[in-house]
Amino acid sequence: MSVPILCAHNLFYDFEESGNSVPVLRDLSLDVKPGQVTSVVGPSGCGKSTLLYLLGLLDKPESGEILLENNSMTQASEQKRTEIRNEKIGFVFQFHFLIKELTVLENVRLPILKSGKSLQSANAQSEEILEKLGLIDKLNRPAFKLSGGEQQRVAIARALSNSPRILLADEPTGNLDSSNSDAVFEILNEFAHEGGITVVMVTHNMDLAQRSDEIIRMMDGRIVT
Amino acid sequence: MLSLELALRYVISRKRPMAMSLLGIVFGICFFVLTQAQTAGFEAFFIRTILGTNSALLISDRFQNSDGVVHEIDENGRTRFLFNSREGSRYRDGIDHPEMVHSALSDYPGITGVSEVLRGHGVMHSISNKSSVELHGIHLHDHQKVSDIGKYVSQGSTNRFATDPMGVLIGSRIFLKLGIQIGDRVSLSGGNENIQLRVSGVFESGVNEIDKNRIYLHLKTARSFLNRPFGGAVFQVSLEDPGNAPAIADQMQSFLNHRVVSWQEREQVWLDVFKALRLSSAITVSTILLLSGLGIFNVFAIMVIEKKRDIAILRSMGFTQSDVSSIFLWQGVIVLILGIILGSLLGILSTYGVSQLPLRIRGIFSTDSFVVHWDPWHYIWAALISTIFVTVATWIPARRASKIEPAKIIRETN
Repeated sequence: MSVPILCAHNLFYDFEESGNSVPVLRDLSLDVKPGQVTSVVGPSGCGKSTLLYLLGLLDKPESGEILLENNSMTQASEQKRTEIRNEKIGFVFQFHFLIKELTVLENVRLPILKSGKSLQSANAQSEEILEKLGLIDKLNRPAFKLSGGEQQRVAIARALSNSPRILLADEPTGNLDSSNSDAVFEILNEFAHEGGITVVMVTHNMDLAQRSDEIIRMMDGRIVT
Repeated sequence: MLSLELALRYVISRKRPMAMSLLGIVFGICFFVLTQAQTAGFEAFFIRTILGTNSALLISDRFQNSDGVVHEIDENGRTRFLFNSREGSRYRDGIDHPEMVHSALSDYPGITGVSEVLRGHGVMHSISNKSSVELHGIHLHDHQKVSDIGKYVSQGSTNRFATDPMGVLIGSRIFLKLGIQIGDRVSLSGGNENIQLRVSGVFESGVNEIDKNRIYLHLKTARSFLNRPFGGAVFQVSLEDPGNAPAIADQMQSFLNHRVVSWQEREQVWLDVFKALRLSSAITVSTILLLSGLGIFNVFAIMVIEKKRDIAILRSMGFTQSDVSSIFLWQGVIVLILGIILGSLLGILSTYGVSQLPLRIRGIFSTDSFVVHWDPWHYIWAALISTIFVTVATWIPARRASKIEPAKIIRETN
C-alpha cells in the first residue's frame, strides 16, 4: 500500500458571516494517495473548495494538521507555504484566471520564472507542456483571445508547468461543455497516471468523478464515505 | 524582474488612466521648474544688479568707543587691528585712514576688488533744468573691479571719463531730466562750491533710485568739491564668493573696527520678498503634483480591485506578498520616471520659451525680457516632491494588494 502524499488530520474551519461563525469543516481527516486522481464530490456549500484551499496551503484551518509528503505544514511560515505552493502544488480553478495582459506562453511560464529558473529554460519547459496539451500553435496569442476550452487547457498547462507533485483542481470543468470537460479530465488523468502527479479534483460532475481512481464524498463539512 | 515585467504590462494595458496620471506629473514638474526658474531668475538678476552697483560689502563708519583697540604694523608692514565691545558703540562718519584699511584688506582672503568711494550731495544744473544728485567720487580703475559700471554705460564711455579729470558719469534719468548731451558742460553746486563738469557718459543700472540720483566723479574732484581732502570715504568691496558676504562682514567688522554691511543685510527686504515668492509658487505648483498623486492613488486603488483575481492566482502559484506589492510599486516607478523625464524636458522647453518673451522692467533692475535662472536643483526638487507624492499614492494600494487573501477571492469568484 502506497504512502499518502497529502494528509489532513482533524481539520476544523469556520467562516465569518455577518459577525457569526459558520462551521464549514468539522473534524475532517483524509489521506490522498500519490499518482491518482481523487475526486471530491458533495452538495454545494459542504466545504469541498475550502478543503482544497486548505490542502493547497492557500488558507489555514482553525485547528487540525495538514501533512505534505509527511511534513507537517501547521507551523510552516507564510514564506515557506508560498515556496511550497510554487514548487509542489499546482492549482486549476473553475474560471481559468489567466492574466489577460499576457500571452499564452507568458502565462504558462510565470510559475517557472517565479521559481528562479532562466527565461530560456522557462520557455522550453512551457513549450513542452503546451505541446502536450495541443496548444503549441497558440504560444504567442493573447490568452483572452482563446476559446473557453483552450483557456482552461492553458490554465492546466500553467498549473503543471513547474512540475508540481500535486495538482488541485476546483471544478475545472464547471464552465465547459461536455466534450471540453472530457478533454480536460483526460488530460488530468493522463498526467496522474503517466506523469505521477497526484490530482485532487473537486467536481459536481458525477460522470467524471466515477472515472477517477478514488471518490471522497462530503456532506456538512465531513467525509461521509 | 518578473514583477517589473507584469507592472509594464499592466501600465501598457491601462493607457488612458495611466496617461492621465502621467500628464499630471509631467505638467506638475514642468510648472514647478518654470515658476522656480522665473522667480529665481528675477532674484538672481536682482542680486547681480545690486552687486554690480553697490558691491558685496560696504565698509563705512568707524566705531568711536571701542575698548581694547590694538593697532600695530608688524615687521612685514602688515597692519593688525583687534577690537572688542561693539554693543553701544557710536559711529564716526566714514573711514578716517583709508590707506590703513586698504592695506589691511589687501591681505584678506577672497577679496577681488576694493574701491574707495567718497559720497556727498549736490545739485546739478544744465541750461534748462536742475536735479539733486548723490555724487560718488571714485577711482575708475578700482571701481570697475567692484562694480559693473562699464556694462551700465549706455551712452558715452568710461574711457572718456577716465581721461577727463572733470568728467562725470550721470544716471540715465538725471540725464533725461537735464536734457543734455554727451560732452555738454554741467555745473555742480553745493554749500559754497560750484564746479563745472563735462558729461562723459550715461549709465543705466535699471535701479530707479540709482539712475535718478547718482553721478560718478573722480575721487579727487569729489574731495575738492566736498571740501574733504582726507577721510570720510567708504569702501565698496567685491568678493570671490558673494554668498559668504555676511560671515566675511562679521569677521571684517571685528578686524577693522568699522561698520561692514553685506549686500544680504542691505537688501534683506527684497531678498525676503523673492524668497516668499519662490516658496509661495513652489507650494502652489506642488498642489498640481499632489492632485496628480491623488489621481494615481485613485487609478491604482481601482486597479487593485479589478486585479484581485490576478493577485489571487499569482499568490497561488508562489508569488509572495512583497512580490505582489512590488508589481504595483513598479507601476508607480514607471509612471514616475516617465513623468520626471517628460516633465523635465517640457520644463526646459517652457523655460526657454518664457525667457524669449518680451517684458520691460525698470525699477529694481533693468530687463527687456523674462529673466530665468537655469538651476538643476529646480529639477531635483520637482523630482523629489513628485517622488514623495507618487510613492505615497502607490504604496497604499500596493500594500492593500499584498494583503489580499487568495482563498477568499477565489471562493468569491467561484
